[in-house]
Amino acid sequence: MARSSLPGRLPRGPFSPDFWRSPLRGTWFTSVLGVVLLAGITILFVTGLVSYAAYNPDLSPVNDRTPDKGVLGFYLFSWPTDPPWLYRLTQGVHVTLGLGLVPVLLAKLWSVVPKLFTLPPARSVTHALERISLILLVGGALFQFVTGILNIQLDYIFPGSFYSLHFYGAWVFFGAFLAHVVLKAPAAFRNLRRMRRGEDEEPDEELTAPRPDPPTVTRRGALGLVGGASLLLVATSAGRSIDGPLRQTAVLAPHGGPEPGHGPGAFQVNKTADHAGIRPDDTTEETWRLTVTGRTGTVRLTRADLLAMEQHDAALPIACVEGWSTSDQAWRGVRLRDLAALVGHDEPADVYVESLQLRGTWRHAALSAGQVADGRSLLALSVNGADLTPDHGYPARVVVPAAPGVLNTKWVTRLTFGEL
Amino acid sequence: MAERMPRPVLGSPFHLLVLLCSFALCAYAGVRLLDGDWLMITVWFVGAAIVHDLVLLPLYAAADRALITVTAGRTAWVNHVRVPAALSGLLLLVWFPLISGRVSERYQAVTALSADGFAARWLLITAALFGGSAVLFAVRGGRRRPGAGN
Repeated sequence: MARSSLPGRLPRGPFSPDFWRSPLRGTWFTSVLGVVLLAGITILFVTGLVSYAAYNPDLSPVNDRTPDKGVLGFYLFSWPTDPPWLYRLTQGVHVTLGLGLVPVLLAKLWSVVPKLFTLPPARSVTHALERISLILLVGGALFQFVTGILNIQLDYIFPGSFYSLHFYGAWVFFGAFLAHVVLKAPAAFRNLRRMRRGEDEEPDEELTAPRPDPPTVTRRGALGLVGGASLLLVATSAGRSIDGPLRQTAVLAPHGGPEPGHGPGAFQVNKTADHAGIRPDDTTEETWRLTVTGRTGTVRLTRADLLAMEQHDAALPIACVEGWSTSDQAWRGVRLRDLAALVGHDEPADVYVESLQLRGTWRHAALSAGQVADGRSLLALSVNGADLTPDHGYPARVVVPAAPGVLNTKWVTRLTFGEL
Repeated sequence: MAERMPRPVLGSPFHLLVLLCSFALCAYAGVRLLDGDWLMITVWFVGAAIVHDLVLLPLYAAADRALITVTAGRTAWVNHVRVPAALSGLLLLVWFPLISGRVSERYQAVTALSADGFAARWLLITAALFGGSAVLFAVRGGRRRPGAGN
């Protein structure tokens, strides 16, 4: 009996509409931010799925960090090698746009925060479910942004593998995002049309403050701040996708600033030889051998043997899932398809690549027949006119056009051609 | 009693169907997300929303309200403090691991890049933001702000 509504008792604190004073809040402000997020998050989701496909997870278990994906990998396709800057573009957009959307997301959440405290907690069954869905929406959005932003700074404090958390987290978030878009986007677009016609915004008693404080900034001014903050984040991050002076503009972003070292090998390194556990003794002319296995058996090659084979050039970037990339580097070495032919694969075949490295998720990787067939896919021995440096994979490394950086295995010791 | 306690209403059936469809998709992905340290993953997922809504947002809103109180409504210079503070705070929030130096050792070992200077550069940017805002304020000088409308 005490649970019936008590008309005499007024809600207090944030549960009282009077608590919320900002004159900025209202349907127009929320609608503008919502429409920006609708476009931005759609691009983030699509480029994220594209990045997932770029690893060719269906090719081999070593490429698949989420083997339980079920139908969530329904759209996978064999990743192309053209254009060679494809992954550099899609992943650069994914990370840089994600950073740029941080202020938009924060502003959007700020604009709707009074709704969190709306009473009664639920007006109907549907309303109750909608509020539960918002936990998935807000929690999911923040989870995705936080794991992504931590991962690019190598701060691995999240509870599990980044690949699995960020991939499944994306789908949980997207499930809630879809419902939110279906339920809210029509009103958002309606509001924007109204405002464009010069009409007043649609009232929303949960959003608009009943007794607003005097304004200290116009709504346009506040949107300007949000947009300016986005621009600031993008302007101080985008440079990490271009070598040379432009990289210096990425002043706070990882892989911004000056290139590492000097000379031909002075371009970005994902994992140093030291960190990967490469023992210098294993990479000398005397000790290092490349083992190539295929249909006709196994051959073991020294670095001199490889240098005696026909050498080819390819200008290719290194593009990391973390969103940074290098400009094209001048690689030189033996074509993967020539190595395949050496062991009896005249038709292109898949290849399983193994590295000398002792540590690292990607010390093994698989490349598709299509990637092997591309004439620019090399087992590179030199870059920019000099031998590879230890950090860039000396004695030999794979470079494949358009593939994610970690599939360009360094310190290669074994290539196994054939059906994987 | 029966008339005082109306039956719970269903609400829009269309909304209901959309939400149920969404929950099914979320659950399909969610069981895969939680396959592992499910408790910590849940804490991170839900905790992100709680920390944002009940800690971060109240903190910056309180700071903003304090700013408005101390400036006693002289709106002309509220925004000259608010804008650089917001931009600087945002950069700190996003790049906290690098600026605070908590990943310096790993960053240097993994990338062969220097991890020094993130904090210094953030401070310089912050100085530039506040300095720029001060210059702008001085240039706007005696110009009076028109009555706070809009």
